[in-house]
Amino acid sequence: MTEPTFLFGQFVSGLTTAMFLFLIASGLSLIFGVLRVLNFAHGSFYMLGAYVAWQMVQWLGPRTESFWLAVLVAALAVALLGAVIERLLLRHLYRREELYQLLFTYAVVLVLGDLAKFTWGTQQLSVPRPPSLEGALHLFGVQIPYYSLFIMVLGPLIAVAFSLVLSRTSAGRMIRAAALDREMLSALGANTNWLYAGMFAVGSFLAGLGGALVTPVRAIVPGMDVEIIVEAFIVVVIGGLGSLWGTFLGALIFGQVLAFGILVFPGFSIFAAFALMAAVLILRPWGLLGKPLK
Amino acid sequence: VNARRLPWVLIVFLLLVWIPWFGSRYYTFLATDIVILALFATSLNLLIGSTGLVSFGHAAYFGIGAYACAILTKTHGLPFIVGLAAAPVLAGAFAAFFGFFCVRLTRIYFAMLTLAFAQIVWAVCLKWNAMTGGEQGMPSVPYPNMDWMNALPFLAGLRVGEKYYLVALVVVAVCFALLRMIVYSPFGRMLTVIRENPERAGFIGINVRRYELAAFVLAGAFAGVAGALFGIFNRGVFPDFAYWSKSAEVLIMTLLGGMGSFWGPAVGTAALLWLHQQITAYTQFWPFILGTILIILLFAFPGGIVGAIDAGLTRLRRRRRA
Repeated sequence: MTEPTFLFGQFVSGLTTAMFLFLIASGLSLIFGVLRVLNFAHGSFYMLGAYVAWQMVQWLGPRTESFWLAVLVAALAVALLGAVIERLLLRHLYRREELYQLLFTYAVVLVLGDLAKFTWGTQQLSVPRPPSLEGALHLFGVQIPYYSLFIMVLGPLIAVAFSLVLSRTSAGRMIRAAALDREMLSALGANTNWLYAGMFAVGSFLAGLGGALVTPVRAIVPGMDVEIIVEAFIVVVIGGLGSLWGTFLGALIFGQVLAFGILVFPGFSIFAAFALMAAVLILRPWGLLGKPLK
Repeated sequence: VNARRLPWVLIVFLLLVWIPWFGSRYYTFLATDIVILALFATSLNLLIGSTGLVSFGHAAYFGIGAYACAILTKTHGLPFIVGLAAAPVLAGAFAAFFGFFCVRLTRIYFAMLTLAFAQIVWAVCLKWNAMTGGEQGMPSVPYPNMDWMNALPFLAGLRVGEKYYLVALVVVAVCFALLRMIVYSPFGRMLTVIRENPERAGFIGINVRRYELAAFVLAGAFAGVAGALFGIFNRGVFPDFAYWSKSAEVLIMTLLGGMGSFWGPAVGTAALLWLHQQITAYTQFWPFILGTILIILLFAFPGGIVGAIDAGLTRLRRRRRA
């Protein structure tokens, strides 16, 4: 059972899972870093991304390169929805206790979950891979679909792009400042309203993008929102709430735990993932690469 | 008359005990559901309302209590009373172990760690087939032996569900009496001090963590009792009892009623379950309605039902005085 080919296969599948999760969890982490809101609705944005992408593919025709247009539209639509929710509702809760913010985002989960059921029904939906990424690479006796390879490349690219934005641009400087001290930033005259709305939109965009890109690999079903959000929480907590590279590391660890935990005994993976989350919270509450909050 | 001096638990008990005779079977069913989950919500409020600790994993102790009672009575054939006693002990023990780590963290991290522990409990319940029945759960948990009621006047003619309602009501009433004693005891006052200002509480010599842990254990133990009762009422125990959405559900009940008062969570539970029954008769989109109610609540009535009534009464009184 533990022959090298099998191990390599598990490693690759863990890596693919990790990069999907990174896309989603990075948005969650960025939102927390700036807004200090733990967003349960992030999983719902991911689900909506998947459904909108499916809808677009139905309209534009499956098995064509219009898949990429569908992905982009889905991510943008979700980003817009995120910005609207933040501006209309969430921002009024910033001064309240965390419990109110948590429950608000949970209420959004309930509403969006039912809206999705109402619009797209409860049956499983799926989207075919775009023609340009059909087929698979044979490496060390393991079949790696080109689509998985694409995701494995996209994940690090997005991580690098974001870290460049954070470190090199003025918007990035604002974001880092907001993560350190929000009051000081607004006292210095920065327009934090736009910053928060923009950050929430970008985070939602990433969730929508993750949801849209996952459609050729996983079935689109109601309940995918609730499932993914817990996984994203694990990743973000392990890496450190608010830390981009922490989230990247957290996703890598989570993916491998999921892939290799199955060798211990079936069902061990899910237990190990939560145990890891608890262990990190106990030993280093701010995560492996995060910084303690003031 | 000082309203607080009245034996409220006894009064509520005496009001509710008549339901099997005057209400329909359906109302007895609904009342059992409400009574048990009201205990669950009130146990959570010992953490949130009294101590100011927001737990996002309270379902863990509900689930542990449910499984403890179900395993003892169904798998091992022990009497109900043993299962009922074991539930708070086991749930409290787990709460002590998990809580030991949780109270070391603050705010969002506390919530995340309670969530992580609850998910561990859920994962174990889901995968430990030999003990918990895995995904299938444990169907048909036996009712307690209630034949002795046949020897009593009035009780002899009741159906088994109605007898169980009385059993649950008595157990819950005892728990409510205990919870009320705890909240209004010097210990409970200390918890309020910690909620209002943990730093200052520390300065005046209160061992904040120890008090928080004690509250966590007590809340867990009472949630365990609620779980044990609910498993029997539900005719089965399932891993979902410990899942995070269950923790969110009980938070909503607590918030809906009002975290600021002792009876708030119970009122919230009654309102939510009654509404659920009404609305699911018309539409399957209950979560949508619940989400909408929750959003309205968060923005318009952050004090919940009891909080809103309180504010209304105060305004009335002021107007009368003026």
